Amino acid sequence: MSDVVKLTRKDFQSDQEVRWCPGCGDYAILASVQKVMPELGIPKENIVFVSGIGCSSRFPYYMNTYGFHTIHGRAPAIATGLKTTRPDLQVWVVTGDGDSLSIGGNHFLHVLRRNVDVKILLFNNRIYGLTKGQYSPASELGKKTKSTPFGSIDAPLNPLHVALGANASFVARSLDVDPQHLQGVLHRMAQHKGSAVVEIYQNCNVFNDGAFDALTDKATKAETTVRLVHGKPVVFGAKNDKGIRLNGLSPEVVKLGENGVTEADLLVWDETNPALSFMMAGLGPEFPVPLGVFRAVNRPVHHELELAQHNTVLQSRGEGDIEKLLNAGETWTVE
Amino acid sequence: MESQPTNVPHRPRQELEHVTIRFAGDSGDGMQLTGSEFTRATAVAGNDLRTFPDFPAEIRAPAGTLPGVSGFQLQFAHHPVYTPGDVPDVLVAMNPAALKANVKDLRVGGLLIVNTGAFTDQNLSKAGFPANPLTDGSLEKYQLVQVDITKPTETALHGSGLSTREISRAKNMFALGLMLWLYQRPMEPALNNIRTKFANKPDIAHANEKVLLAGHAYGETAELFANTYVVKKAEIAPGKYRNVSGNQALAMGLLTATKLSGLKGFLGSYPITPASDILHELSRHKHFGFTTFQAEDEIAAVCAAIGAAFGGSLGVTTSSGPGIALKQEAIGLAIMTELPVVIVNVQRGGPSTGLPTKTEQADLFQAIYGRNGEAPVPVIAAATPSDCFFAAIEAVQIALKYMTPVMLLSDGYIANGQEPWKIPAVSSLPKIEVKFRTNPEGFQVYARDEKTLARAWVKPGTPGLEHRIGGIEKDFVTGAVSYAPENHERMVKIRAEKVARVAQDYAPLKVNGERTGDVLVVGWGSTHGAITGAVEQLRAKGRRISHVHLRNLNPLPNDLGDLLKGFGKVVVPELNLGQLVQILRSKYLVDAKGINKVQGKPFTVSELVARIEEAIA
Repeated sequence: MSDVVKLTRKDFQSDQEVRWCPGCGDYAILASVQKVMPELGIPKENIVFVSGIGCSSRFPYYMNTYGFHTIHGRAPAIATGLKTTRPDLQVWVVTGDGDSLSIGGNHFLHVLRRNVDVKILLFNNRIYGLTKGQYSPASELGKKTKSTPFGSIDAPLNPLHVALGANASFVARSLDVDPQHLQGVLHRMAQHKGSAVVEIYQNCNVFNDGAFDALTDKATKAETTVRLVHGKPVVFGAKNDKGIRLNGLSPEVVKLGENGVTEADLLVWDETNPALSFMMAGLGPEFPVPLGVFRAVNRPVHHELELAQHNTVLQSRGEGDIEKLLNAGETWTVE
Repeated sequence: MESQPTNVPHRPRQELEHVTIRFAGDSGDGMQLTGSEFTRATAVAGNDLRTFPDFPAEIRAPAGTLPGVSGFQLQFAHHPVYTPGDVPDVLVAMNPAALKANVKDLRVGGLLIVNTGAFTDQNLSKAGFPANPLTDGSLEKYQLVQVDITKPTETALHGSGLSTREISRAKNMFALGLMLWLYQRPMEPALNNIRTKFANKPDIAHANEKVLLAGHAYGETAELFANTYVVKKAEIAPGKYRNVSGNQALAMGLLTATKLSGLKGFLGSYPITPASDILHELSRHKHFGFTTFQAEDEIAAVCAAIGAAFGGSLGVTTSSGPGIALKQEAIGLAIMTELPVVIVNVQRGGPSTGLPTKTEQADLFQAIYGRNGEAPVPVIAAATPSDCFFAAIEAVQIALKYMTPVMLLSDGYIANGQEPWKIPAVSSLPKIEVKFRTNPEGFQVYARDEKTLARAWVKPGTPGLEHRIGGIEKDFVTGAVSYAPENHERMVKIRAEKVARVAQDYAPLKVNGERTGDVLVVGWGSTHGAITGAVEQLRAKGRRISHVHLRNLNPLPNDLGDLLKGFGKVVVPELNLGQLVQILRSKYLVDAKGINKVQGKPFTVSELVARIEEAIA
């Protein structure tokens, strides 16, 4: 058995010059993905990257795997047709906040509810980059852009709530410039069976620069983010001295050691609890921003259900036969 | 003279050459079932036949009203027939609304059978009759036969334990039994079907059977008809036959082609009238290695098919005009990435939602031109219900050989219409050869086959051939993204040339009639039957008229130009405002005249005869 394929990061770099804007967060994500790929032990010819339209969707051109740069919003649908007919392939979808939540919103919902075994990288920069700076469905209310000079009046969608609402079996959030965290999430997605989504906060340094600075700046990030670890208390802060506690059904930030609060009082993260997932994905501005795996559960996988039906029908009816097909039903003979 | 069964009162038999019957009733009355059962019996009796179901868009419009009327027409004959008949000789009207909606079509002197049991004051008023037409003399020009179908059905099922509603629904079986008796059709096909269909509901099966036999016996015993009728067997080529609708044939064609190619098939589809039956049919055949996927929308349906094609399966999507409109961007992607996908459009009345259950041929321009950019696809059209089988196979062949999406046109008329079909021998079907590239040596994504200009199909999973494709213009050879101006023009031209080369595989055009003459009628799609009938009649009148029916609408056949030159006049009947005619005029600079109709209904033969004569006068 030569199951273990020894590949390196270089094996996953295509011969195409990477052409995102200098300083774009996409470079960091690409580097993380290329770092993780050889660690998965999957031959690169069995990996496919499918994308829609937008800056992020140029991604497949830079991966030396099979790749399909499709049309705006439709990558999940194309990936569904591919994965259903080719369960042997590992299929990744690369999309952005506009691609997946606006024009492709419908496909995003349905690929998740079907639990198609695809891994979706949702680059969220809260702006339209490729079309040069219009507000996106993830842009905050009041955002001033070229198409909203007086501020956006459209409330944003929360991508994680959309994914959880569509019953995705794996939902995570990470950051472009935190390779260690992002790579950890990518590894878990690769292992997961079923649809997996990671929202990656990604800085568009041209049209929405600094959108996530508070979460990535060394000076602030320990206070502004919280890492979710399954089975561990939800702790954050530069000194790991804060945490999130449930007060009845409401979360609250507490300081360890104050008012007798100990770690034992904190919420223990459970990525299989849908109510907690939904709550944690929607924390208000007074809370740190959670990063990590919000939900990871097993439920029936689309292509496996399909295969099982095929096998059942095949067993009961035998291999399809044209002769029988054409001669089925009522026939008569003219002499 | 044939001997009569001894227990039947003697009733003279009148021999007829052909008969057109229309069954009409409330959409809940089961007229489609009655019609198709009568059709099966008629096919078994050896007549040539064509059928035309005509049902409302509403599933159950309010009972007894005009919008709720559903009809089924068939023509059967001792001679070949090409259409479901122009004018019904017989109308079976199950209620006043069915009478009102259909009686104007009945031939003067035709047989009018009405279910008097449904002619209540309430139903008469729902249908808008100020007085009872059965008694006011307004039906005098027809042979009116009044039968109370409601009451004997109730009597037959008295004590059966069935609900009033179930009993009421069995009325159509009484009408069927009566008509089978009147035209001396065999009972076995209907009886067998009832038993199969209701195998799990023996009481319903028994009830239907009982009412069917009661209707038959009623014909024999009641003194309603002076005659029974006989339409002798038609001269039909020997062989094994079955009835087939266009949607059934199309589904079988796709399954067959997939099997012949050795590929796996994948259908992405979204429910839409009148195409959904193809989805239903294919869903039942997973053992053919065919996967069906009911997508979240039309776009996802075609995209999933494209994804499957990228993975090395035959990708198929089925829809109707409005759905095709939604798919066009994705079809452009399949053109750009050169993947084999078959797109089926079962056309209906448009634009927008239009007439969902009615037929039209107004999507030809959409098929040929309906995408952004220079985006040619081969377009082929089926001519009859059974032809959908062969058209589907041809569409698959072209898609695989030329690595291109192919548009396959059917329409509501042939999709739902049935005809007897001589079942082809499997050995007579074409071999479909598919090659996947596996050799990495010298591989270039857009390197092309010299003869077909097709690029190589590579399955993901093949080592050493990792590559990226997409909707952005690509380099002529390497397939890398390229915005170079000359490269784009070169790619646009080679994609066009590739599709143009599809015509090199066509068989020479078949002409019905002489290859030169005064008039050439050029048709396409479902008008085949009506044009054939009309041209035969005109030729019988001494006209030098011929008919060519185009299977391939894009690219057009290479021998069409010369054929057109051999005729003084060219006429093009179409169920649209003149689409093929415009293409012929622009491509061949020929003064072709259109004969057009957009009423959601097919041409009748007599209408075409008159309009062709007018056009060539």
